[in-house]
Order: sequence, then structure tokens, then C-alpha cells
Amino acid sequence: MTLSINLLSDLQEIFRYQFMVNAFEAGTLIAIIAGVTGYFVVLRRSAFTAHAFSEIGFAGAAGAVLLNIAPIAGLLLGSCAGGLAIAALGRRATNRDTQIGIVLAFSLGLGLLFISLYTGYATEAYSILFGEILGVSQGQVLLTVGACAFILAAVGVVYRPLLFASLDEDVAEAKGIPMLFLGTIFMLLVAVSVSFAVQVTGVLLIFSLMVTPAATAQYLSRRPQTAMIYSVAIALGATWAGLFIAFYFPYPVSFFMTAIVFLLYLLVRAMRVVASSRRQLARQIEPT
Amino acid sequence: MIIAPKTVAVGVQSGLIAAENLAAGYPNKTVWQDANFSFGRGEFVAVIGPNGAGKTTLFRLLLGLQQPISGSIKIFGVPPKRGNPQIGYVPQRHIVDSETNVEAVELVRLGLSGKRWGFNPLVHNDRKAAYEALEAVSATELAHRSLGALSGGELQRIFLAEALVSKPDVLLLDEPLSNLDLRRETDMLHLVDDFVRKRNVTALLIAHNINPLLPHLDKVVYVANGRVATGKPSEVLTSESLTKLYGVQVEVLRDPHGNVAIIGMEEHHGEMQ
Repeated sequence: MTLSINLLSDLQEIFRYQFMVNAFEAGTLIAIIAGVTGYFVVLRRSAFTAHAFSEIGFAGAAGAVLLNIAPIAGLLLGSCAGGLAIAALGRRATNRDTQIGIVLAFSLGLGLLFISLYTGYATEAYSILFGEILGVSQGQVLLTVGACAFILAAVGVVYRPLLFASLDEDVAEAKGIPMLFLGTIFMLLVAVSVSFAVQVTGVLLIFSLMVTPAATAQYLSRRPQTAMIYSVAIALGATWAGLFIAFYFPYPVSFFMTAIVFLLYLLVRAMRVVASSRRQLARQIEPT
Repeated sequence: MIIAPKTVAVGVQSGLIAAENLAAGYPNKTVWQDANFSFGRGEFVAVIGPNGAGKTTLFRLLLGLQQPISGSIKIFGVPPKRGNPQIGYVPQRHIVDSETNVEAVELVRLGLSGKRWGFNPLVHNDRKAAYEALEAVSATELAHRSLGALSGGELQRIFLAEALVSKPDVLLLDEPLSNLDLRRETDMLHLVDDFVRKRNVTALLIAHNINPLLPHLDKVVYVANGRVATGKPSEVLTSESLTKLYGVQVEVLRDPHGNVAIIGMEEHHGEMQ
């Protein structure tokens, strides 16, 4: 396995390994999911809620490992239960940082207990916390296809009311938009997205797929649909590049992905600063 | 889907908006009661009164977001129902996060199509309507600006466009003048006045200070001390009528320019003795 100048032959070499094919397939699907849902997470300032879901999911996943069932089942169960609970609290519940934080801390503690009760390998805990994209099975890829289809279909249906409710809650409510229903759908979308994204990034690095790409994309376009496409593109680019680099270098995939999205974010912020100071300079020079 | 407003029979006597012996508030607390009023098409109405007296409650009743405790309220001849496209609503200052980088025209178009399910990126009728609404509030140049980067006055115009885009017959504006400087305040008032006169829209506007509104108004609603007074400004805003209504000594002072000051109304509100 040596890196050559020829990208095509590199990819041919990478795809000789079934685990890399699985990783690219799952990674692609998850990047799409996370990029789309992430846009609404950023728009609604729900990043903390998304993080809480992943840690509630951690308790679920650790519990699943203990019971010897697939971690994804525990992740989905944990995060969806958390999502429904927060949605039931009603409007502005996503801003209840304190309550969410309290539940989050307890969930992590619970997960820790489950892991310590588990007599098998400690790597299970490690992979839930930091991702295990290289260990994805073909069955998991199929499951991810289902999740991706569900999320894209659901976002397709609720797109406009959800955007409206995210931008202007009071008017949306007066216009007759079912806010509780929409809030519940949004929470479930985030819960499912987080559960699958955890497979790639792990519980602790969830922001690198669910928040950073969308936050960067928001600076690149003021049109929601365009920004969503950028968000997916950034998540995809980081996933592919991360997998590619990690094939040749003995460091974790998650690290490369978090580094790539972070650098992109910095780059875009820097470009904006330069652009706005240029505009200001032009205004000062221009005689008015 | 949209109910044709012009075909709804509106009784002459009942008016476009009509309330009879209306009481509002929450199950354990009446905010105000015994309200009787009627507004016709194309009337400019100011709603004034101390903070917390229940001005916004009146709007919530008209929007169908809240039910009356007793009495009746009708709009377009029927009890209010949530989601009526004939009503344009600008809530009391909703905050736009400065980090929200979404172009203004997007919000305006959602005022028309935001209720619809489904993802329809190829149909742009709502975009056209949104540009027309922006033009109507002279905010075309703000169309592609980011919502988070707009000033208070610019945002108010965007919100007004968002309310106007569905071509409503009734406009409910909750404190659209707060946080505006004098010039912006005058601009906004002329804008609303134009809609009332030229498009025959009925506008209800909640304000803190009635004086800048006086030249434009057809009626005033004064909400205080659990009571609601309605009528022409010259009839309602007198020492006699307010004293009689509220049962406490109220003084209405006028300066040589016609500005009024209402003195004697307690600033805390709602509680009936």
C-alpha cells in the first residue's frame, strides 16, 4: 500500500479491499444525511441538542453491546427517545441547555457503567466514542441506505414548513403550521442522522459531520437549497478525503475528517473577513 | 385552498372584525372583559395601552391562537381560525440571529408558500410574489441581503413584506414602530397608511405612543385596567370618556400641536378591583 501520483491506480488499490468499499459507501450515504440535516441543526441553533442525542445514543449503544445486540439499535433507540422527550417539552425546548446538559451527563455516566460491565474488548467503547467507519459491514451499509432514503424523503416533505418555522416561529404558528408535529419530526430526523453519523465520527466527534459542514456552507450561500448542497458537498469531500488519506497513513479516519472540515471552516471565515474588509476599503476610497 | 375573501358575506352591522361582550385571558385570569367593537374594511386602527394590558391578546384572539373566555369575536363574519391567509401578521419583535445567513426574499416567499408540504424548487410563482411584496414596501434592494445583517428598520420592512405577500385584507402589526428612529417611524406609518387607503386593507397597529399615529387613524382601541375602549380618537381620548370607562380619574392633556398625553392610568394592569 503505497501512495502513487496516479489517483486512479490508488483508488483501484483501495477498492480491492471490501472494508474500504463498505466504508466509502456508508461514508457517502452518511455525509449526505448529515449535510442535509446539519443545515437545519445550524439554522435552528440546535447543535447542543444534536450533541446530546449522540451521548444519549452512547448509553444506548453501550447497553446494546452489553446485551450483545447491534450498537446501532441502541443508538437509534436512545437518540430517538431523547428526541421525542425534547419535542414533547414543546416550543423553545431546544434552548433548554441546562436540562439537556443534565440528561446528557447522566447518559454518559450510564454508558460508562455499561461499558465497565461489559467483559469483552474495550475497543467497542473506543469505536463508539471515536467512530469505526472501517469496520462497517455490508448489512450496515444496506441499513444506511434505508436511513438515507427515509431522511431525504422526510426532508423533502417538510422542507418548506420546517424552514419557515426555523426562520420565523411566531408567524409560522399563526399561519397554521403544526409546530409540535414539525418539532417532533425535526428531532427524529436529527436523532436518526446522529445515530448513523456516530458510526463514522463517533459520539464525541459528531459535530464534524453534523455541524461544521453546514456552518461552513451557511457562509457560502444565502439560499437554503444551495447552502444545503454545499453542506453535503463539504461533508462528502471530507469523508472521501479522510478515508483516502487514512488508507495510506496509520492515523484514525475521524481525525483526518475533523481536520479537513475544520480547515475548510477556517478558510471560509478568513475569505469572508478579507472580502468584507475589501468592501470597506472600496467604500472609503470611493468618493460619495 | 384559499378562501375568496370578497365572497364572504359580512354583515353591515357586524363589520369586518366584530366583538360582542368579549372577555379574554387565561382560565384563571381575565385580562380584559366587556369589549365591544367593530371595524370595517379599510380602517386604520391603533391599539394602545400600558404594557401587559392585553393588546397582544387581542391579536392572538383574531389569529385564532387563543380562544375567548366569553362573548364572541368574528373576523370576516366567522370565528377566527388559525392559518387564515387573509390576515397578515407581524409579531412583536421577533429576533433574527445575526448568524442567520439567509437572504431576505426567502423569508418573504415563505410568507406565501411556507405552509405547503413538499419540496418544489422549480416553481417560482412565490418568488415573483415575494419580489412584488418587497417592491410594495420599497425594499427591493434588500432582497438578497442576509436577514442577520439587516438593521431594525430594514427588518421591519421585510416582515411587513412577509405579511403582505399573501395579499391579506387585514393587517395585524404588533409594535412595528418600536426601535425605529423618527424618520423610519414616519416612513413605516406612511407605508401602512398607503395600504389602508389604496388597497382597502384594515390595519390594526399596536403602538406605545399614539401621537405620531393620530393624523392617520380612523379608530383607536385603548386597552387598560381590564377594559377596552373603542371609537374615534377624538371621542375615546378625552378625560370624560376614559374616566367614565375606567372608574378612576383620568386626565387627557393636549398640547397646541394636537399631541395627547394620558395621565392617571396605572402602569400595572389587568387586575380588576
